[in-house]
Amino acid sequence: MVLLNSDLLDQPTDNTNKIIEMVGVHKWYGQFHVLKNINLSIRKGERIVICGPSGSGKSTLIRCLNRLEEHQQGDIRINNIPLNKNLKNIEKIRQDVGMVFQQFNLFPHLTVLENLTLAPIWVKKMPKLESEKMAFQYLERVKIPEQAHKYPGQLSGGQQQRVAIARALCMNPKVMLFDEPTSALDPEMIKEVLDVMIELAKTGMTMICVTHEMGFARTVADRIIFMDKGEIVEENAPEIFFNHPKSERTKQFLGQILRH
Amino acid sequence: MTKQKTLPHQQYNAYWYQRVLAWIIRNFFSSITNTVLTVLLGYILYVTIPPLFDWLFIKATFSPAESRAACNPDGACWSVITSRWEQFFYGFYPEDQRWRINLAFIILIMLTFWMLFKKLPARKYAGLILFLVSPGLCFWLFYGGWGLPVVETGLWGGLMLNLIAGGVGIVFTLPIGVILALGRRSELPVISTFCVIFIEFVRGVPFITVLFMSSVMLPIFLPDGIVIDKLLRAMIGIAIFGGAYMAEVVRGGLQALSKGQYEAAYALGLGYWKVNRLIILPQALRIVIPGIVNSFISLFKDTTLLTQIGIFELLGIAQAATRDPNWAGLGKEGYIFTALIFFSVCLAMSRYSLHIEHKLNQSSHKKRL
Ligand SMILES: Nc1ncnc2c1ncn2[C@@H]1O[C@H](COP(=O)(O)OP(=O)(O)OP(=O)(O)O)[C@@H](O)[C@H]1O
Ligand SMILES: [Mg+2]
Repeated sequence: MVLLNSDLLDQPTDNTNKIIEMVGVHKWYGQFHVLKNINLSIRKGERIVICGPSGSGKSTLIRCLNRLEEHQQGDIRINNIPLNKNLKNIEKIRQDVGMVFQQFNLFPHLTVLENLTLAPIWVKKMPKLESEKMAFQYLERVKIPEQAHKYPGQLSGGQQQRVAIARALCMNPKVMLFDEPTSALDPEMIKEVLDVMIELAKTGMTMICVTHEMGFARTVADRIIFMDKGEIVEENAPEIFFNHPKSERTKQFLGQILRH
Repeated sequence: MTKQKTLPHQQYNAYWYQRVLAWIIRNFFSSITNTVLTVLLGYILYVTIPPLFDWLFIKATFSPAESRAACNPDGACWSVITSRWEQFFYGFYPEDQRWRINLAFIILIMLTFWMLFKKLPARKYAGLILFLVSPGLCFWLFYGGWGLPVVETGLWGGLMLNLIAGGVGIVFTLPIGVILALGRRSELPVISTFCVIFIEFVRGVPFITVLFMSSVMLPIFLPDGIVIDKLLRAMIGIAIFGGAYMAEVVRGGLQALSKGQYEAAYALGLGYWKVNRLIILPQALRIVIPGIVNSFISLFKDTTLLTQIGIFELLGIAQAATRDPNWAGLGKEGYIFTALIFFSVCLAMSRYSLHIEHKLNQSSHKKRL
């Protein structure tokens, strides 16, 4: 059962305005049904936060959006490009979709600057100088231009995650996916990363963020999606989600997570 | 001023002397067992080293001679090597053409230095010339044609041949190994199965068998009229054999990388080949440098097996020389000399790899902390 906020249903269903469209998506790992009938559509500029208990399929869901995982049933369209076995489509979609991982996954053998310019140079064929100029602009935005020539291992976790965000932004994506971007960080570094993400949200970037940072969800999200056992149980605007959760499972989850 | 200069110096001397004594006692005579071992080992060294030294150098004969009759019978007869040292290095390559080999090796050595020394300019071009231009150039110098008299590969021999076969092997085994290792991890079952079978088959067979197969069986499969040079066939055998071993070394490096590296690279829109070339291999190969160099060293030593298929590399020449009636019975000298040469080349390789490792470790130490 999916509980929808009526406000959202009233939004004009303008297809050109939709950047992500998931219809009846299912995924299995062998026998294990990870994603069950996911229907989700996201408009340009929307900020979505996905939460839910561990193992509920949050990571799997967003990893299906750039084909790090393959779904077995249903349709996914990103920017109106169908995500299927067609390698050209996958390539295009991956250029439009930036991703930030829990473990940063920076390339340790390259400097920060090289991490940022790699994809623009090799995927977009951008000239080296131009890509470096752009990389510095993004490093400016995540507030670490002075670290450009260091290696990732020389940076703190918070700095590494900000580099990872800048690296994704350098491809000039239309959508940004975040998979628990602050879970691997020490408490004092969480804020610096969240601040960068809030700044990014202000620019109108479409963002889908798996996180347990409920403060962030409250201030930034347009919509919060609650998943459990591979299903979307509830999706609502933050005020309604936090103050008047509809399903028992959401209430239980919020009770656990907000107690801390 | 002068007082200050001399005083610490004198002190230092006395101090140094005591320190050495203390060190000796601490390390060699710290306990009864230790003392017994030290005395025993000292005695063994005393009994073996001086006579060996005598035989190798003091009583040895170094000057070229007609036969072993000219040598001091109590010492090593290095004359067997000095009288025909050219053969040890050039095989039966015509004497008036040997400058070509010298020239080629000088070019190769200079290019290698240019490429490896950080301080020299335009090192990239050195690498390009070394790998793209110099193989053709060297082949022309070695073999001839285009104005140079042709020297058939049957006349090549000695150390030069070990270096050529080893060098060609080294240049080809790494790419072959990388391709096989990537293939083994491929998601396409056809490719991965082929690679697994190929690697396991080649690794499961002694190298000498691979050499015999390449020299005896390959011609059977080739259509009539096509003759591949014996040395070339042997080198193909070396590259295939070395490649299979290298594949497993490279695979070890690939397995050491986290899945996140692939995911981050794919998420940025890079394709399979770019992900491997730009992200995965640079890291994986760096991890397995010791294994790679180890493979290079055994490959170089394995070139001595070429004698078994009638190609006269250094060890073969040494054996032939000591079988010559004039020099009969000088096997020891031949083997010691060959061993020494191989030892120096391999030592150089392993020292260089340690140096690289050390440098990378330093920078990655900085990186990790
Ligand atoms: N490659 C895989 N093979 C088999 N099962 C998997 C695989 N990846 C994930 N799973 C399973 O799928 C389920 C959903 O995993 P997923 O990582 O999407 O959960 P999650 O909601 O992100 O949880 P968490 O909050 O712990 O990150 C889990 O039960 C997990 O064990
Ligand atoms: Mg997860």
